[in-house]
Amino acid sequence: MSVDAPVKPTLTKGRILLFALILVLLAGVGIGYTVYAVDREDQRLHGGSGTAPGGPPLTLTGTPRLLFRSTESGPGYGRLATVAAGDPSGPRTVGERSCDRVYAAGGTAVCLATEGGITRTNVALVLDANLRQVRRVELAGTPNRARVSASGRMASWTVFVYGDSYASMTFSTRTSILDTHTGAMAANLEDFTTTRDGKELKSPDRNFWGVTFTADDNTFYATLSTNGSGRTYLVRGDLRARTMTVLRENVECPSLSPDGTRLVFKKKVSQSTRNPWRLHVLDLATMRETPLAETRSVDDQAIWLDERTVGYGLPTGAGAATDVWSVPADGSGAPVRIVAGGFSPAPLR
Amino acid sequence: MYVSSGRPESATEAAVERPASGVGAVVTGNVIALGMVSLVTDVSSEMVTAVMPLYLVTGLGLTMLQFGFLDGLYSGVTVFLRLVGGHLADRFAARKQVAVAGYGISAVAKLGLPLVGASVPGIGAVLAADRAGKGLRTAPRDALISLSSSPQAQGRAFGVHRALDTVGAFTGPLVAFAILAAVGTAYDAVFVVSFCVGLVGVAMLVLFVRDHRDPIEHRPGWRDGLRLLRDRPYRRLCAASAVLGLVTVSDAFVYLLLQHRLEIRPHWFPLLPLGTAGVYLVLALPLGRLADRVGRRRVFLAGHGVLLAAYLLLGGPLGGVGLLISVLALHGVFYAATDGVLSAAVGARLPASGRAGGLAVVQTGQAAGRFASSMIFGALWTAWGPAGAIRVLAGALTVALLGSALALAGGGRGRHDGEQVRDVR
Repeated sequence: MSVDAPVKPTLTKGRILLFALILVLLAGVGIGYTVYAVDREDQRLHGGSGTAPGGPPLTLTGTPRLLFRSTESGPGYGRLATVAAGDPSGPRTVGERSCDRVYAAGGTAVCLATEGGITRTNVALVLDANLRQVRRVELAGTPNRARVSASGRMASWTVFVYGDSYASMTFSTRTSILDTHTGAMAANLEDFTTTRDGKELKSPDRNFWGVTFTADDNTFYATLSTNGSGRTYLVRGDLRARTMTVLRENVECPSLSPDGTRLVFKKKVSQSTRNPWRLHVLDLATMRETPLAETRSVDDQAIWLDERTVGYGLPTGAGAATDVWSVPADGSGAPVRIVAGGFSPAPLR
Repeated sequence: MYVSSGRPESATEAAVERPASGVGAVVTGNVIALGMVSLVTDVSSEMVTAVMPLYLVTGLGLTMLQFGFLDGLYSGVTVFLRLVGGHLADRFAARKQVAVAGYGISAVAKLGLPLVGASVPGIGAVLAADRAGKGLRTAPRDALISLSSSPQAQGRAFGVHRALDTVGAFTGPLVAFAILAAVGTAYDAVFVVSFCVGLVGVAMLVLFVRDHRDPIEHRPGWRDGLRLLRDRPYRRLCAASAVLGLVTVSDAFVYLLLQHRLEIRPHWFPLLPLGTAGVYLVLALPLGRLADRVGRRRVFLAGHGVLLAAYLLLGGPLGGVGLLISVLALHGVFYAATDGVLSAAVGARLPASGRAGGLAVVQTGQAAGRFASSMIFGALWTAWGPAGAIRVLAGALTVALLGSALALAGGGRGRHDGEQVRDVR
């Protein structure tokens, strides 16, 4: 027989039996582990004694409160909740609606959520002051950031999109801005004209995220990054003109203070992937940066609890829980945990 | 020196005696088994691919934007290990063992994901291991497919294998989402199931695939691999596939261009690759058979002609659903006419003892060309916008296609696709 004779498979009875045995064994491992993991997750997220949904219905109006996503283990996990602004560690009211990310201002809320089913659909829901849905937008990726202008008119969100680039295994972001009055939507900030030092940026792999609005409901700030460089930039945008201008390097997730004079943002301070960021405040008049007293790495778009204090989420809780922390905006003091088991805070003034 | 195997009599007879009516007539069970291994492995890896974004968003947040840097490194690792895999498989006549190692590494890597948690270097290492496994196994596996089939049936054999492979690419995401719907945020369940499915593939390979038996007196070294390049048709195939790779825009760009032209709704975007894959799946075998009949290089070149048509449509005035369907269809035809067919054309020319290494060289050249093409196309897009970039590429593809046609016609002697490199020393 020639050495190049086509080789025959080895379908013997013994081997088929052995394979069947392996198949049954591996199926057992797979199914068994899945059952275990489902039970474990259920315990972790819902097994605790956290506050259950109920009580007075949540609204965006009324006394000053803090709105957030409850991450207490228990029946209220993942649902929207509020606490009194003056006593954030006090009892919480948990509503029915579940959101992965939320922000609210001026009687409008944006809730980024995942709708169940075999193929999950990520959606941005615009909610009125009673948290009733007034608009639903399907998203291209996984929810990441949400923001509403102080008047409640403009809403923005950022999602992560996977493999949306010419090199595989890369991530990109997509940021949209919606005018809730007219329904006009800028679906992707990448379609805006962006200039840096007077020259138009044309790279196809621009990414934008983390929009914050000024009081005129037209000017906004956001983060720009190009995948290739890994650098981030602060841009100021003009919604009507569909333009953006690069202002400054190394500014991520800006958040404008209520008086419009300062931005709190995360600045990359280390190449380490474990602790890359530190919260800073940028004075827009002097362009001076002040590091805040929070030394842990914060991956969040911070909020302004008042003119002197910022808030943010950190994964410091037990199990799946994140906590909401606050720190003075002038670099003084020390971080304080204000809500145990909360994420994505938004001040209801 | 290479054992000149000459005409493999029994294989030829087998192919001639049995009319090539059914697949089984010329495609051996070994090829089907290898196809099933690829199918199962694809399910395993596509499951992970499908849930990775969610998993990374949950665990890493914005840190994961830094993954772009590592991508170039991974590609380099894969290219290098592909050559290593091919060489080891030939040197020790151990195609099956090297393939088992490659599939095994990828399967075990799936378990690494829940173990490393939210560490970027950890996840990077796991993904690198997964790709290393893929790099190692590709050439030995293709050599096994090639050696398991008669020279006349190479196109059919690779067609069958690629079709089964693509079935896995379809099934994987569905399985992943079904599991995810059941487990919620328990991503580790998906990884463990993926690991189990991967091991099923390894078991199939170990139990049902038999390696080609070689005489053991000769162990090809690196130099023997270089000597293969003395064979003019092989050399020209290498050059043509690398040059054509250089003007082949990556899949992701094709879908981005479509999205640019058609404003596809976001949640439909992930389905575009399934359009290409569907056409590829259906046509892989028929075009493999056609290649066996009319010449593999001819079909390979025609496939790139089809790609040129897709470029012209993408850069042309047409729009709407017509554009979407025709571009995806042409893209699928391109894959069906080129991917397995190239391996078939090359495999038929190589001696048994140097087949894995020879296949690895061709595939590496093509992959390197495509990698460079991504970089170049990105730059073109920046400079001239999407429409300008694709038109420039269409021009470059036309030139490369004409050059390749001349080179391959000059190097080939009619339809002697099946003729092997004889004594190369």
